[in-house]
This record gives sequence, C-alpha cells and structure tokens, in this order.
Amino acid sequence: MADESAIQSIVTPVRMEYTFTPGAASQRFLLGLAAGKLMGQRCPECRKVYVPPRGACPRCGVATRDEVEVADRGTVTTFCIVRVPSENIDLELPYTAAQILLDGADIPFFALIQECPWDQVRMGMRVEAVWRPEAEWGPTFENIRHFRPTGEPDVPFERFQQHL
Amino acid sequence: MASQNSPKYNRQVAVIAYAQTPYVRSERRRNEVEMLMPVIAEAVEKSGLPRQEIGFTCSGSSDYIAGQAFSFVGAVDALGAWPPIRESHVEMDGAWALYEAWIKIQTGEVDSALCFCFGRSSMGDPAETMILQLDPYTLAPLGPDAISLAALQARALLDSGRYTSVDLAEVAARSRRNARSNPDAQLVGDLAGEDLLDEPYLVSPLHRYDCPPISDGAAAIVIAAAEVARRVCSRPIWIRGIDHRIEPHQPGARDLTRSPSTRLAAEKAGASDGRIDVAELHAPFTPQELILRDELRLAGDVRINPSGGALAANPLMVAGLARIGEATREIAAGRAQRALAHATSGPCLQQNLVCVLEAD
Repeated sequence: MADESAIQSIVTPVRMEYTFTPGAASQRFLLGLAAGKLMGQRCPECRKVYVPPRGACPRCGVATRDEVEVADRGTVTTFCIVRVPSENIDLELPYTAAQILLDGADIPFFALIQECPWDQVRMGMRVEAVWRPEAEWGPTFENIRHFRPTGEPDVPFERFQQHL
Repeated sequence: MASQNSPKYNRQVAVIAYAQTPYVRSERRRNEVEMLMPVIAEAVEKSGLPRQEIGFTCSGSSDYIAGQAFSFVGAVDALGAWPPIRESHVEMDGAWALYEAWIKIQTGEVDSALCFCFGRSSMGDPAETMILQLDPYTLAPLGPDAISLAALQARALLDSGRYTSVDLAEVAARSRRNARSNPDAQLVGDLAGEDLLDEPYLVSPLHRYDCPPISDGAAAIVIAAAEVARRVCSRPIWIRGIDHRIEPHQPGARDLTRSPSTRLAAEKAGASDGRIDVAELHAPFTPQELILRDELRLAGDVRINPSGGALAANPLMVAGLARIGEATREIAAGRAQRALAHATSGPCLQQNLVCVLEAD
C-alpha cells in the first residue's frame, strides 16, 4: 500500500483546442491590417467609430456596418508602466502599455509605446504606428510593432477626457 | 385550474416574447455578438416593451464553449446597455438565466426581464469540453467525455430491463421526424426503423443517432409580471411553476437510470396539477428522454418534443432555454394549452429544471 499521506498534490494537465473564427466585423478589421489599414465601423445611431469593431455599438445595441478607415496615429489617453516580466512579452523592463485614441476613432485601444523613455510617456502625447516591413504583413495586429512619439504638441485633456 | 398543491408565488409571471436563431452545425460567418443582435432585437420587438423599460437582463453561456475568458462580458455589446442596465450572467444554460430573472421579478425589484443565451460549440470539441465540468481530482483526469458518460448511462438503463435498443432508436426517429416541421432544427428527416440497430456504435451502446449534433446558435426570451404582461401582450403565456433540483456531482454516486431531481422539480413546479399537452424535454441522448418521461410520469398521449428536441439541435447553453421557448411556440400556435418544459445541466442529467407553462 502506498503511503497516502505522501500525496500532497496532483497535476492534471488540461489542453483544449479551438478553431476560432472572428466573425464578420473582426474579419474585415484583420483583412484591413493585412493591407496596412486600420478599419473601424461607425454606429448608424450615435455615429461613434469603433476600432477594432465587434459588429455592434455597445451603447446603442445596433449593428455597425459602415466601414471607416482611421489614421495610424493618435493620442495616448492613459497608460501604465509595466515592471513585471511576462512569459510571452520579450521587452526590456520597464516598458509602457498605453490606451491610444486613433484619429477618427471613438474608443481607444491597447498598444505598446517604444522609442521613448518610459518615464516620458504622458496623457495627451501624440503617437504613430511603427509598421513591420510590408512583406511581413498578415491579418494580425502584429503588423504594428509598437507606437512611438510623433513630436507634435500634446492634446489638451479636455479633448480626450470623454474617451478614457 | 390550480389544485391545493400548486406552487404559491408572490407574482404571476408570463413569457411575452421568444426568438432564436436557426441552429447550424457551424456558425463561421458571425461572432457571438453578431449572432445575438438580431435575436435580441426580435425578442424585444415582439415583447412590445421598449428596450429601456426592461428591468433586468440575464444571460447564460460558457467561456469554455467560447474558448475565451469573460466572453459573456463581450456579449453585452449586443444589448445597447446605455444608460447602464441591471445585468447578470450564469455560466449555465439560458434556462437558468430565466430562473434567475424569474426570481428577480418575484422579489418585486423589477417587473420584466430579458434573458438570452448563446453558444458556438463548433469552435471546440464539445464532448471533450464537457469533461471540464467534472470533479477535477478523481474523475476529470480519467477523461470521460460527454458521449462516453452518456453511454454508461445508456448501458445502465438497458441493463435495468426497462428499455431496449429499439426504444432508443424510436426516440431518435421520432425526434428527427418531428424536426421536419421546425425550420430552426438542424437534423431532420426519416431514420429507417429496422436498419438503425445495424449501424455501428459511436460509443457502445450508443449509435450516432442516439447522440445530439454539434450545434451553434442563440436564443432570447422576455418575461414580465402580470401587470406588465397584460398591458403589452395580447396572449401572455404564464409560467405556472418553475423549479430546479440537483443531484450529486459524481455520476458514480447516483443511480443513472433514475432522475429524482427531475421528479422533485416537477412536483415543486406543480406539473401534475393539470393535463400536459406538450412536453419539451432537454434530453441530448436518447436514453435520457426515456428516463425523464418515467420520472415525469407523462401520459401516453402527451406530445414529446414537437420541435425535435436536443437530438435535432443541441446548441450548448441554449438547448435548455430553447425547450422553454419551443413550448411557448406550441402554446402560442394554439396546439397546446398547457406545456411542460425541461432543461438539464451537468453530466448524465445531474441538474434539472422544470417549467410549467399555460395559456390564458
């Protein structure tokens, strides 16, 4: 008989595989990325532009179908300094993760800020996308390496406070 | 006509609208939100209640089906939740979302509720996914998928001598036949009686036809307290009773040929207080329908699963609420006065909900 008191824990590995399909709106966004474009969708009711689009306006609960191309530059609305290493992120610590409101969009999305010391990133800072070489583009957000400062004057808080 | 055993509730609550997608083997074109929006919009419009006046919203879904953490939060995008709404979620079939909403109305906090549910189980391997609902220490590591567990239950039922493989095949054949008149069903058609038993087993003693298809879909239902239901709906369908009961998590601790939780839920919901015209039973595997019928003591002339049931379409997290929805359709069409709807959750009919519905 095994000594039952010796069993302290068991390991039960779980692995699940999925065939993910993104749906209509996200597919158009991903295909746009493959062509070097950032495609959003505009709500027919409140006119807000969502990037990336999920196919619905969460405010109005209606389908968003109008395609809108937005700029690959925008404004940092908020950010955080990351000091904790992560398994799948190969970056020197600390680094800055930011919410960026692209010009023409109404919701910010999440991206990394590089080519700028981490302690100089600020709310209202203007940034632009740094794309990988076109030959490497695919239907993925990884086409954009990161965002970097453009050097334009900062945007006053009042102009993006509704988008935090 | 309520007897003395009828459940006594604070408030009478009615179903005032129901909508569902057609159920398909694989919804590749739309994401969950895109799938839900038209269904929610249809249910809300049919209800006659402006969206902003619906007091509560509750959804049923599973992150394990979506393969994505907090997938239910994303689904809120389909609602238009502005100004902010009162909203909740169950990591269960939508039938339990309905139960939560019904309780919320009973408390008097709200007078109406929208419940919705969705699942694209085709993105994963649903039979394998369901392993993760089992006890993670002693049972899940053995890897008994949903079909294998249902096969153990089927074997136990056949060994009990109460039913034969022919009885199982008849359940499958009737389900597919009934599904022919349901435009939303996925598997329809004629299964040829005698030859069925010669088909190879999928997992002995279950043939493929004893098992449900993999299905994607969504459904939404709107319920309201009597004063609201009477105001907005010409033919409210009353929830005369609703109850759910649960059995031990470990299938080995149960007699798999019985379902005492179903029997108890039916008693508490007042199922035997009047004649049942139609029963929509959430039995994804053929033996489960026979077990449920016995526990519910349904008379021989009760029409079972006119929709085709879960054997004709089994969108996980939706198929239970769909039974309630399909029962209301039978009543709305005038084909039934009083109906019983049943939903199940967990391995081998572990948890069971019974809802008794009646026309005015």
